[in-house]
Amino acid sequence: MKPAPFDYVRPRTLDEAVQALAGRPEAKVLAGGQSLVPLLSMRLAAPSLLVDINALPDLDHVRVDETGVRIGALARHARVLADPEVRRVQPLVSLALANVAHPTIRNRGTTVGSLVHADAAAEMPMVLRLLEGSVDVAGPSGRRTIEAADLYVGPLESSLHHDEIAVEAFFPTLPARTGVAFEEISRRHGDYAMCGVAALVTLDGGGAVSRVRAGYLSASDVPAVVDLTEPLAGGITPASLEQAAAVALTQLDPETDIHATAAYRAHLVEVLTARVVTAAYQNASEHTHQSTQE
Amino acid sequence: MTTRMMGAKVARVEDDRFVRGHGRYVDDVAPDALHAAVLRSPHAHARIRSIDVDAVLDLDGVHAVWTYEDLAPLAPAMGEPLPLLIPHPTLTHGRTQYALAKDEVNYVGEAIAFVVADDRYLAEDALDRIVVEYDLLPAVVGIDAARAAERLVHEDVPGNVAARMEQANGDAAAAIAAAPHTLSLDLEIERSACMPLEGRGVAARWDTDNGRLQLWTSTQTSTGVRAAVAAKLGLDLMRVDVITPDVGGGFGVKINHPWPEELLVPLAARLLGRAVKFTEDRREHFISSAHERGQQHHVEVGFDDEGRLLGLDVRFWHDNGAYTPYGLIVPIITSTQLLGPYKPGAYHVQFDSLYTNTVIVTPYRGAGRPQGCFVMERTMDAIAAYLGKDRTEVRSINLIQPDEMPYEHGLTFQDGRELTYDSGDFPTMLTKIKELVGWDEFETFRAEMAAQGRRVGIGLAAYVEGTGVGPYEGAHITVETSGKVKVATGLTTQGQGHQTAFAQIVADELGVPFEDVEITTGDTRRMPYAVGTFASRAAVMSGSAIHLAAKKTKEKALRIAAEALEADVEDLEIVDGVVQVKGSPGSGIGLGTVAVLSNPLRYAFDEASKAATQFNVGDPTKPPVAAGEEPGLEGKDFYSPPRSTFASGMHAVIVETDPLTAEITILKYAVVHDCGHLINPMIVEGQIHGGVAQGVGGALYERMAYDEAGQLQNASFMDFLMPYVTEVPTSIDIDHLETPSPLNPLGIKGAGEAGVIPGSAAFAAAIEDAEGFPITAMPISPSQLFDLRAAHHA
Repeated sequence: MKPAPFDYVRPRTLDEAVQALAGRPEAKVLAGGQSLVPLLSMRLAAPSLLVDINALPDLDHVRVDETGVRIGALARHARVLADPEVRRVQPLVSLALANVAHPTIRNRGTTVGSLVHADAAAEMPMVLRLLEGSVDVAGPSGRRTIEAADLYVGPLESSLHHDEIAVEAFFPTLPARTGVAFEEISRRHGDYAMCGVAALVTLDGGGAVSRVRAGYLSASDVPAVVDLTEPLAGGITPASLEQAAAVALTQLDPETDIHATAAYRAHLVEVLTARVVTAAYQNASEHTHQSTQE
Repeated sequence: MTTRMMGAKVARVEDDRFVRGHGRYVDDVAPDALHAAVLRSPHAHARIRSIDVDAVLDLDGVHAVWTYEDLAPLAPAMGEPLPLLIPHPTLTHGRTQYALAKDEVNYVGEAIAFVVADDRYLAEDALDRIVVEYDLLPAVVGIDAARAAERLVHEDVPGNVAARMEQANGDAAAAIAAAPHTLSLDLEIERSACMPLEGRGVAARWDTDNGRLQLWTSTQTSTGVRAAVAAKLGLDLMRVDVITPDVGGGFGVKINHPWPEELLVPLAARLLGRAVKFTEDRREHFISSAHERGQQHHVEVGFDDEGRLLGLDVRFWHDNGAYTPYGLIVPIITSTQLLGPYKPGAYHVQFDSLYTNTVIVTPYRGAGRPQGCFVMERTMDAIAAYLGKDRTEVRSINLIQPDEMPYEHGLTFQDGRELTYDSGDFPTMLTKIKELVGWDEFETFRAEMAAQGRRVGIGLAAYVEGTGVGPYEGAHITVETSGKVKVATGLTTQGQGHQTAFAQIVADELGVPFEDVEITTGDTRRMPYAVGTFASRAAVMSGSAIHLAAKKTKEKALRIAAEALEADVEDLEIVDGVVQVKGSPGSGIGLGTVAVLSNPLRYAFDEASKAATQFNVGDPTKPPVAAGEEPGLEGKDFYSPPRSTFASGMHAVIVETDPLTAEITILKYAVVHDCGHLINPMIVEGQIHGGVAQGVGGALYERMAYDEAGQLQNASFMDFLMPYVTEVPTSIDIDHLETPSPLNPLGIKGAGEAGVIPGSAAFAAAIEDAEGFPITAMPISPSQLFDLRAAHHA
């Protein structure tokens, strides 16, 4: 379990890092290394060059304002999870991060690294899509912003070019009168979920459901988000929740692996859709109630 | 007065070292060593057409590359297959692999080529350059395929049957035919593995100056490895030293020996004149060490209206993997130990040990007993369900009673000796476990939970475990002139707390402070006669031998001191390391002084030793060392029992199954355990905790996910689901019963494996109780429980 030979650079500026990637399509960017290093050690990946960005300045920030949360490429999951301002402005980020692996992995792993690793079983790519956030990347021709909707193009494949480095992720704050909830079911504590669901429920001024969207883990080969507004617009009832799960399943494609059958995962989609949408609805109702009082 | 140590909750003295990271494992020794790596078969079954190592030969930093063809010229016996360690008359078609594959590979992971390089990185780079051409053969994966025998693992082994063994006591078929009620059951347990945190590891250094081989290996038997290495490398046994340093867990897998690397590494060290090391990585451990547990069973049972067993007929099929180096130990144990604490009426058992193109099988903690316990306890539950009786009533009526001890089953156990239980009190144990888990109150609890929409179930399982198998262990004790006590026993230690437990025994018998006792295990330089650490035997075997050696040491100390003090031996005692007249503190001499006096000297080396020189000591008319005596304050003895001693236990578990998600949660886990007299209750409870954790793994999480081609799909800790601390019960309720063994001087029985044995049986019973349909195969995942619900409610 030793990596195949590779070149290694540890640039001191973002420009140097981008230059190091230029013309080296086999190169990989190393941040927290929690996915990459095991792949190297098992020789499942053999990049010719590792560009270690851990020495780059000013990339470990977590900035929060009323528009949302901005997370730098070197901010570790644990740091983001511990930030009370993040929890206040975008609670779904904190809810999901608590389910990312184990503390030791969260201490090293970066949130932005997880986003661009583009694993459909990982929490944060799905959350970014559900919240309609974005990732800023730096490349030879400068910086650009990739909307979450355009970020995930295939299994473990993002729309970053090989010579681009993700430098910051943006998770926008919740719209008014919106509630969130998150739940996943995994074999062991901290494992990739057999199925996980996050939901956003937005109410109108009268407390009626105006928009419902749900994100799904391990239920398709790319991070998946489904709009459930139509089946739930008439209210959250057992029947409408069942209908919503059915709608979700038409857009998902759970697969069988050694831990769970496709049928079981589909069943979990049904169970968790009902639970999580209900919880998000309650969360939205509490917000609405509180803001009315204020 | 010295406090009695036996039975005391003495904190483990080794843990300070371990938790601070000061343990010293094989990978820590010989830091200057070259590193070895092994090319392993990517195919489950193939002929090797050619191996091309040319691209490796001129690689910088590579010192050796060997294939099978290279071995015999280096040491003739290396061209022969590896030893078949435990032959048995019924093992008619035993097969073992070669150190490096000859012509054919029979599992993914089988060793094909061996590279020694400056470091492991280079060694693995070199492996990538070796080109092997294969002719693929169809793989036999799983017991169904092995039984079907449409394909063969070894073309000269018909039906894939390595062995067929049969035992009986009475006419089971007739008893079942005549019984008022009969049931048949099909029961299956999947493969798992020991999975110690430290994998296998070997380091070797050839001492050119002295012509000696020094070998460090992460093993459960250093004497076994020593004998095998000497034989295979053609060395005199006296030129081979095997040292087992700290071992990061064994659980059975490290009793198998010699592994190919245990021969190849010392061979390379001798040839290259350099220290060489092999440190197994996790993927290698998954695909090239050993697994266990995979068995299918068919039960026919006949019983009366009260559930009393009249006849029991068990036919089972054991998946032994590609080779049989460890013989038939696992299925023999299943076939005998499945009887547990029960009288089976007439009994007949027959098993086939079957080849598959998968990793070999050697004992894994419990060693065939978890399967046997599952079979017997599922049968008990099935009888209770059939008769509509409480499950504990059916068990109670079948228990062997205390006044029936010693109880002879009329069968032959794994050690070739009669299966005779030496002692035990199973009815008391059943009463205790029912109280501990709250068996009689459970229906109230079930109703309370049901009112909240929650679903719970309770299960119980009992086992009897033959521990402390022979043939023997020994101990050698030396008291140094400082008074420090140095103890050597030959079996190895892999985390059990032997330093603590054995020192307790010595402190009590010899009358010395616990802190002054140092235990050395698994070093053939200190104790070349030993068997190994397996079958829950270390405390029974080495503990007894140490006790006997301490007794001899004490007798010698008293003889010498009696002369020095001009007192009768009968009037002396040893307290806190001082020999004194009984009840007269201050009257005596320290054991260190006794040690000085025990060794008549010509040359003094310090103040104390002057007392032993020739003008100071002894009667000048007599020989300095009396006839029948030896110099030195030492004692050496061996313990060799007539047969195993049988520990026992019962576990009960309450689980909750989620009606929607089919998740399985443990609400309560209770253990009643009887290993005779306890040396150290804290260590025994630690063994139970660890065993229960592995039992949880075996019941709810761990499996070897082979695909049809024989590729292991989950050969990493990401996908092989060893339970974390978050998956095992936060508390385990333990109650002890102490029924001493009459077979050894301390009245002890083994405790190492017990905790894992009834796990699958107890969980299956509890899940079945919660769900209302039979659970006949383990382990079980939420996904499988979901499928079972669908099948039963369809």
